[in-house]
Amino acid sequence: MRAGHDGLPVAFFVQEDAPMLSRQWIHGWLLLLPALAFIFLFTHIPAITTIWNSFQSTPRGRRPAQFVGLDNYERLIGDPVFWKVLVNNLWFALGTIPVSIALSIAMALFVNRAFAGRSLVRMAYFTPTVLPLIAVANIWLFFYTPGFGLIDQVLGAFGHGQTNLLGSPDTALGAIIVVSIWKEAGFFMIFYLAALQAIPPQLAEAARIEGAGGWTIFRRITFPLMMPTTLFVSINAVINAFRLVDHIFILTGGGPDNASSLLLYYIYETSFRYWDTAYGATLTVVMLALLGLFAIGQFFLFDRKVHYK
Amino acid sequence: MTGFDRILMTTGAVVLALIWVLPLAYAVWTAFHPSEYEARFVLGAPLTLENFVKAWNAAPFARYFLNTFILVTGIVVCQFVLCTLAAYGFARYRFPGRDILFSLVLLQLLVMPDILIVENYRTIGALGLVDTIAAIALPYVASGFGVFLIRQTFMTVPRELDEAARIEGAGPLTILWRVYVPLAKPIYLAYGLVSVSHHWNNFLWPLIVTNSVETRPVTVGLSIFSTTDSGVEWSVINAATLMTSGPLLIAFLLFQRQFVQSFMRAGIK
Repeated sequence: MRAGHDGLPVAFFVQEDAPMLSRQWIHGWLLLLPALAFIFLFTHIPAITTIWNSFQSTPRGRRPAQFVGLDNYERLIGDPVFWKVLVNNLWFALGTIPVSIALSIAMALFVNRAFAGRSLVRMAYFTPTVLPLIAVANIWLFFYTPGFGLIDQVLGAFGHGQTNLLGSPDTALGAIIVVSIWKEAGFFMIFYLAALQAIPPQLAEAARIEGAGGWTIFRRITFPLMMPTTLFVSINAVINAFRLVDHIFILTGGGPDNASSLLLYYIYETSFRYWDTAYGATLTVVMLALLGLFAIGQFFLFDRKVHYK
Repeated sequence: MTGFDRILMTTGAVVLALIWVLPLAYAVWTAFHPSEYEARFVLGAPLTLENFVKAWNAAPFARYFLNTFILVTGIVVCQFVLCTLAAYGFARYRFPGRDILFSLVLLQLLVMPDILIVENYRTIGALGLVDTIAAIALPYVASGFGVFLIRQTFMTVPRELDEAARIEGAGPLTILWRVYVPLAKPIYLAYGLVSVSHHWNNFLWPLIVTNSVETRPVTVGLSIFSTTDSGVEWSVINAATLMTSGPLLIAFLLFQRQFVQSFMRAGIK
């Protein structure tokens, strides 16, 4: 036990005698009990039973679930839809994360200086964050409507024919990505804004005296100093890329031909439309494995002290 | 920064803001104008609230709002109580297993109940709670994020304060309530705002566990309203969309600074 480990003075421990200590233990455990009970019940235990259920069959009618070994996993490997949604999800992450981070940095740089209308501009960037994703999807659906939506109206003015961005396999995922970026960039902006305000202005000042231009200052000073923020934001963005599928329900329903379906959406369809819960559990195991891999990667790639103390 | 750079930055900021506000502005336009102006942007187009009235009457939105209100209030109250107790335990008590338990709590930041829909539905079914508002709330009433956030704040409270309270004979819960909670007020505001907007907006889990008007929150109600193929006009759907996000949107516009600071504070800790 390190003295002063979490800000406690050494004397605090010396004073404690044995019965006090055990009472402290009981108090500590009692304080944690209610929260931990719920967290375990709805996060840790289901994570474990998911794995167990992926080795079972789906109970149907009077037939209870039975142990089927790796059957579900064999099916998974031979399931083209699974591979499709997995690849989609990777493209979705690759499409949303870098662009929304780049845009959020630009937004933060834009509104970090004083100019007339700054608070209006900041509000415009941030507003999508407070809207429900389902409402966002409704708004964008109208945008994308073939022939009638704003995109087609603008394209039509340039003599372009009708487009069906959501209905075509080549563009459906891209259209979903655009909506996600619109929703997320403003949220990430505020973290960069906080980071920018924490950078001492003398640094840029000094660089400017040395003759550095705006771009050099950004590349050599601002961006490196914001690395902890970028790490924090990327972790959030990756988790969101697997967790948020609400807009797919409204915009495409995963179609056409699963072109815009993501892993969690496929889990939903499998488990709650076709009620194949064992296969749903198997797909969830893949999701858990992906998040686990991501956590391990992050652990080895970055100093984990960067984002939380 | 040169004058040219400054103009460039401001232009960029404004152009991006216009692009960003366009989808929402379009929704506002259609919602407040008669349907024949859905895609005709005429300056003198007549304003109307007709679309909102139609939407309100076409689906039980009043009930959906009530459900969401009960849901969000319940979640936030439970989160405050449960997370405060646990945060206090983690911040100020020493006992075996503390660090392991804390890592397990933090694990919830990565593996959220949102992705464990299959097993959580099974649990809710076993508890006999399918299609209740409690079922929507239960997976979220204790949040690892909340425990972490409040613990970080509690750790900054000087020890001397609770020593003083202890000498005056206050018990642990009194100290928590009288010393720690008042000092952490800003973080409760921050966490509360983040949590309210998160659960107001949540969709997938409520969609799964509810199947009646009496339990559905507005997000699920809106999706049913806008996807049923009943030939509802766009202007009415957009009115419904704005209506469901309305309370949050208005709160945001009024308390913009607090919102932004809260999200920032909640994220940076």
